[in-house]
Amino acid sequence: MEARRPKHLVLILARELASKLATPVLISDAEGNLVFFNEPAGAVLGTTFSQVGELPASRWAEVFETSELDGAPVPLERMPAGVALVERRPAHHRFVIKGLDGVRRVISVTAFPVLAKADELVGVVAIFWEEAAEEATES
Amino acid sequence: MKATIWGCRGSVPTPGTRTIRFGGNTSCVAVELGDEAILVFDAGTGIHELGKTVEPGDGRPIHVCLTHLHLDHFEGLRFFEPLWWPESEVHIWGPPSTIAPLSERIARAFSPPLFPVQLSDVPCSLSFHDVPSGTWEIGSARILAEPVIHPGPTLGYRVRVGGRTLAYIPDHEPFLGGEEAERPPEWLSGYPVAVDADVLVHDAQFTAEEYPTRVGWGHSTVDQAVRYAQEAAAKHLVLFHHDPLRSDGELMTLGDLAAERWGGGDPPALAAEGMEICV
Repeated sequence: MEARRPKHLVLILARELASKLATPVLISDAEGNLVFFNEPAGAVLGTTFSQVGELPASRWAEVFETSELDGAPVPLERMPAGVALVERRPAHHRFVIKGLDGVRRVISVTAFPVLAKADELVGVVAIFWEEAAEEATES
Repeated sequence: MKATIWGCRGSVPTPGTRTIRFGGNTSCVAVELGDEAILVFDAGTGIHELGKTVEPGDGRPIHVCLTHLHLDHFEGLRFFEPLWWPESEVHIWGPPSTIAPLSERIARAFSPPLFPVQLSDVPCSLSFHDVPSGTWEIGSARILAEPVIHPGPTLGYRVRVGGRTLAYIPDHEPFLGGEEAERPPEWLSGYPVAVDADVLVHDAQFTAEEYPTRVGWGHSTVDQAVRYAQEAAAKHLVLFHHDPLRSDGELMTLGDLAAERWGGGDPPALAAEGMEICV
């Protein structure tokens, strides 16, 4: 099995912080690969990180299906983590995510780029909140 | 590759009768590169003694690789004799900062009221370099610097010469977030520096009993140093950055503890001033 690339220290620190938080947090690396989410995030995503593992950028959007509140697909340019990664700025959006447990949940996501130096993007941190009142089970 | 320890005490120099065996000078380790260059890691007070071994007109460029700018890692620089010879060529490498360039940060220590002479008055050919991303070469040495967990911008260094590897991480708190049983190695701070090193020189300042009141200070316990070395698959461990309150006798006891934790094979060594490490 190919060894995974060592993580940048700032991502290591972000993971340490995320693993101690009760708020759902998801971390991607500079290539957009999903490299970690914490246990509270797992509750919203309907799985655990140990089950899913790292996911390439091309795959995690497939694994976790998203839609606007009206059911339309979320355009890539509105996905907070994508905006943070590509445009290197914080972004926020509210949308629906279907977890691996089959449950659709309305979540608010704020993502920001993690810059170790002014010109060195090492990843993206996305913090999200489930809006339980609007939770809806898939029909 | 041969490395010599010129200082291995943490935090503050501790001369005196209680520290004769392991020494009281702060961090400095030199790696022999023959006629190519003088390669030095950190410029604690140990570098003062190293400076006495260099002759004026030696001709070799001197590369001083600083892990960070806490005083115990560069306070000796001002008293490093080759710095005061016009014919010397000295390169200072250090961690990049988003706040100020390396030269400006070091210049603070070369200015009143801390020091009577300005950095601009240093007569040698002196240049400053932020460490690059990835490896670079100094003579026949291939060097890698990576940020590690310690307050402020801090590096660990990996130097490879003739197929042998020395890793130097004198100030490091890799288990700041706790000792996670299932952590994959790529999430270990400083892993690219330490992995498979023939010799790992690593922070072991605290005891397990002291650590709970010193979490976040940026240092490891002896047990953590052993665990870190084993997770990084380092072949030999040298315990470094001894606590300034630790006497020679107390260090010997910690050395026994480290040997017990290490299990079989060559037990970890306690760094001592004058120790030569054949890598």
